[in-house]
Amino acid sequence: MGEKNIVRSNILLGLGFALMTAALYLVFIFAPTEEAMGQIQRIFYFHVSMAWVAFLAFFVVFICSILYLWKRAIKWDTIARFSAELGIVFTTLVLITGPIWAKPVWGVWWIWEPRLTATLVLWLIYIAYLLVRSYAAEASRGARFAAVLGIVGFIDVPIVYLSIHLWRTHHPPALVSDLVPSMLLPLLVSVAAFTVLYIILITRSISLSNLEAEVRQLKDARANQRRS
Amino acid sequence: MKGLFTGVFAIFWKDILSELRTKEIATSVLVFALLVVVIFNFAFESGADTIGLVAPGILWVAFAFAGMLGLNRAFATEKENSSLEGLMLCPVERHVIYLGKLAGSFTFMLIVEAIITPIFLVLFNLPVCMPRLGIIIVLATLGFTSVGTLFSALSANTKARDIMLPILFLPIIVPVMIAAVKATGLVLDGGTWGDISTWLQIIIAFDVIFLVVSLLVFEFVIEE
Repeated sequence: MGEKNIVRSNILLGLGFALMTAALYLVFIFAPTEEAMGQIQRIFYFHVSMAWVAFLAFFVVFICSILYLWKRAIKWDTIARFSAELGIVFTTLVLITGPIWAKPVWGVWWIWEPRLTATLVLWLIYIAYLLVRSYAAEASRGARFAAVLGIVGFIDVPIVYLSIHLWRTHHPPALVSDLVPSMLLPLLVSVAAFTVLYIILITRSISLSNLEAEVRQLKDARANQRRS
Repeated sequence: MKGLFTGVFAIFWKDILSELRTKEIATSVLVFALLVVVIFNFAFESGADTIGLVAPGILWVAFAFAGMLGLNRAFATEKENSSLEGLMLCPVERHVIYLGKLAGSFTFMLIVEAIITPIFLVLFNLPVCMPRLGIIIVLATLGFTSVGTLFSALSANTKARDIMLPILFLPIIVPVMIAAVKATGLVLDGGTWGDISTWLQIIIAFDVIFLVVSLLVFEFVIEE
């Protein structure tokens, strides 16, 4: 990693730490307790932020998959792979925080409702995305197959949502504009904090995979030297 | 245009001929679909009062599972006999191969469905002649096979071939599954074209979108 990159990554880390601390303060101390739902409503700030990051991550997978099939540069495949992993982590967290909120508020853990069902299908598609990679005979073929699924899967999600939408929707509608300022601020800061966290994690994974490639090259070079 | 049609038809006819001689896919898929219908009948303990609720689901689970079995064979046989290389050496564009294989799988699946549906309707004491059900089946089968042919080619090139296709195929076809089950339920209740038009639109949208996307990305799946 170059000098410039280290500085940049440290600035990013500092920003992430500041935003995350601010988000924790705003969510748990600053934001008023919701009248009807009580304390449990505070999970909403993290739930929405993580859902946003998960969607962002899968959008990045979609774009990088197209770029990989088009340009065939390995870097697009690397970004797509790590973004899919992060997307799955955040979708899993969304699927866990949702029922924790739903049980006291709705009285049930789960409802087969558009947004919930679509999120679950999304999660299953990207699990398949990682499986395709690991079951492919060579890495390059796995990258190609994964890119195909990264495109097909992302296009499928709106149709899944639409097809389930004809059932009555239970999910609280996205009323971001109706939130009182004292609740909107924690949400926005929380979204920003999680977005920065995503950027930190993805840049770290990419530089780690670059280092791995470098080590492999050095090893190969050494083995070749010994042989000759 | 004429070249495209000749190429697609040649690959399609090759699949039909080899199937006519071996009868490998159609018989096994047919028996399997029938078994799914029978087993699900026990699983749901379907009496006269619940049949309207579970019958569409049973029919479409049978079609989806049987379809997967058939689609798996579509490229697995090519791979086993190393005829995929031969297919790729054909002087045609990659999407012609896709369309040819799609036409084959689509036809096999329709034949199986044409036999299973009347048996299913008789076994569950439902009205036998229904053009609306036919349209739903044709459109949904096109959706199944358009995605299925792409994933069949993909999974044939992976290590865990048999398990890879269901894992890829099932989450993607969720919209077609929902729409087909809902529309079939409405038709069995005596619904009109107006009642099922929304669901048909979803299936048609799915068919068009995934035919185009599959045509675009198919070349990346079978390139060596």
